Amino acid sequence: MMTYVRVVTTAFRALRRNVMRSILTTLGIIIGVASVIAMMEIGNGSATAIAKTVSSMGANNLMVFPGMAATGGVSYGAGSSVTLTPEDCAAVAKDCTALKAVAPIVRARVQIVFGGKNWVPQTLYGTTPDYLIVRDWNQLAAGDIFTDADVRNSNKVCVIGQTIVKQLFQGINPVGQEIRIKNIPFKIVGVLTGKGANMMGQDQDDIILAPWSTVKFRVSGTSAQTANQSEGSSSSSSVNTLKNLYPENTISLYPEQSELQAADTPMSVRFVNIDQLLAAANSAADIPEAMSQMTQLLRERHHIGEGEPDDFTVRDLTEFTDALSSTTKLMTKLLLIVAAISLLVGGVGIMNIMLVSVTERTREIGLRMAVGARTTDILIQFMVEAIMLCLVGGAIGIILGRGTSVLVRTLLSWPTELSPGAIVAAVLVSGIVGIVFGFYPAWKASKLDPIEALRYE
Amino acid sequence: MSSNIIELHDIKKTYHVGELDVPVLKGITLNVPRGQLVALMGASGSGKSTLMNILGCLDHATSGRYNLDGQDVSMLSVNERAMVRNKKIGFVFQSFNLLARTSALENVMMPLSYTAKHLTDREARERATMLLERVGLADRLDHAPSKLSGGQQQRVAIARALVNNPPLLFADEPTGNLDSRTSEEVLQMFQTLNEEEGLTVILVTHDPEVTAHAKRVIHIRDGLINTGVYDSHAAGAMPTYAGRNSGGAT
Repeated sequence: MMTYVRVVTTAFRALRRNVMRSILTTLGIIIGVASVIAMMEIGNGSATAIAKTVSSMGANNLMVFPGMAATGGVSYGAGSSVTLTPEDCAAVAKDCTALKAVAPIVRARVQIVFGGKNWVPQTLYGTTPDYLIVRDWNQLAAGDIFTDADVRNSNKVCVIGQTIVKQLFQGINPVGQEIRIKNIPFKIVGVLTGKGANMMGQDQDDIILAPWSTVKFRVSGTSAQTANQSEGSSSSSSVNTLKNLYPENTISLYPEQSELQAADTPMSVRFVNIDQLLAAANSAADIPEAMSQMTQLLRERHHIGEGEPDDFTVRDLTEFTDALSSTTKLMTKLLLIVAAISLLVGGVGIMNIMLVSVTERTREIGLRMAVGARTTDILIQFMVEAIMLCLVGGAIGIILGRGTSVLVRTLLSWPTELSPGAIVAAVLVSGIVGIVFGFYPAWKASKLDPIEALRYE
Repeated sequence: MSSNIIELHDIKKTYHVGELDVPVLKGITLNVPRGQLVALMGASGSGKSTLMNILGCLDHATSGRYNLDGQDVSMLSVNERAMVRNKKIGFVFQSFNLLARTSALENVMMPLSYTAKHLTDREARERATMLLERVGLADRLDHAPSKLSGGQQQRVAIARALVNNPPLLFADEPTGNLDSRTSEEVLQMFQTLNEEEGLTVILVTHDPEVTAHAKRVIHIRDGLINTGVYDSHAAGAMPTYAGRNSGGAT
């Protein structure tokens, strides 16, 4: 048997004897590998770009709602109980590592007035500056977002969306202006960029963002009992129930808590609750982890024992994320098929040329056999030649593919991303192609009869 | 160890062509002592090539016994025969059979790849260089075969045949592609090797000029050794029949 070094040097010399043909033979593999690498890098870049776009649509968002409240057998529906606090939000932000950011939300639906115009925005959110990170909305059209200090001090500042600008500020720069929200003057510190409608057709620009403390205590003016119905209450002082919203005579079908009973219920007046937590996971893949982290933390904070139901609900946008991951999977599969086909073609090319080479070198094979090469020696020699062709082709292909993707990035400014997996796969596959397609010619060479081979013209 | 390097006993070779059995060698018994320079002669179709293939361990006989250098090689497998060829036999061919675009040195080193695990690359190189010097090509080590004349190429082939130190050298029409002057040089080289190293050389040829250098001529005719006329071991008899032979050819 030949030593490994000798096998490799012999194969290398044999290939070097016909440089041009070796290059042409391996061209199939070069092009195959190069296209795979380039496509993988461009594909990866596009996938990341798509993931970014979709996540800006809120695909990575997670929502936490307080649980259901029920009085005397009457359920008030999801989000009616008062269980989420700003402290929960802070704890989630601190301890849930799978989350990029989290923001509390306090909702209100009230009239806003500027000059002679008025409008009722679809969404008025009391929140923190992190809301924009959660929503991937960092870029402001003008001005700036309010600060954490504004949140602490319940400052009367707000940021408005493009629809509000259109409705109230035609031709006027809104930054620095004052609008009245439910008769309370707010200073506009920033204007959001346009985001358009969301998946449900809801206008996302019809929005005002203000510190949650301001909205909570000044606008919705809720105290303990009305906290779950922030939009409904009009009074900040009196005891309030749902019934009183629509002063009419209704027959009470079930025994109800009387106003007096409600007033007697011992509850801290300044117990602060929030309507919702909005969080963003680091990536779509982190969503399940983020959900379990949040559930665990909130159960702990709310002292919920083993086996008891949650007093909150964590929701994700499964539809979105599924669409996202299926797109990426489809793309990867498509690329794999393209890779397989191009490498197959390259492999057939190698086999073809190796067969020609075996025929052409029949006398050399005969000579090698005459001087003592065994069948395995010949088999290995031709196999190694084929594998070397494939590996060298693979290496050149990787360089070429990387070059192409760099070129595409710089010239066309497409997003590309290095894909180490593709490089490893390319090396492995080109080696396997060499073994598979090199075997038949090598086997044919090893089965030659030395007498016939020596006489071959 | 026997004093005969080659002992053939009743070697028969039959080819099967379809339904037909074509006997090519019909029972050859032959002994070649060590250190002899033998010419194997015969017209084409006489079975000369077949006998040479069997002698060179490239093929095996249909029946009969073949002892090479004290070892029975008649029943060896393909790979075992390859080992025997590597260690005991050197081949020189009519068409040189050098690897194209490969230097003379590497051509000579080539057979070492298949045995010389114990030889380092440098030792192999030294050995090949030494052999090329001995055949008078010390200044042509790096030349590719296409840059060498026919005689030089054949000398590279001889160096290659000797690289594994075999006791037996086969030359199949070694001068067939050479002009008369270089033929003479190459034949001289065989003679020198035979006389100085004690190498057993078997020249397969149909050229009477070549047989003039041999100590013994074996004629093959119709698959049998034509012993009646030429079977003589006496060295003194050699010029006589060599002369007769060349006379007959002209």
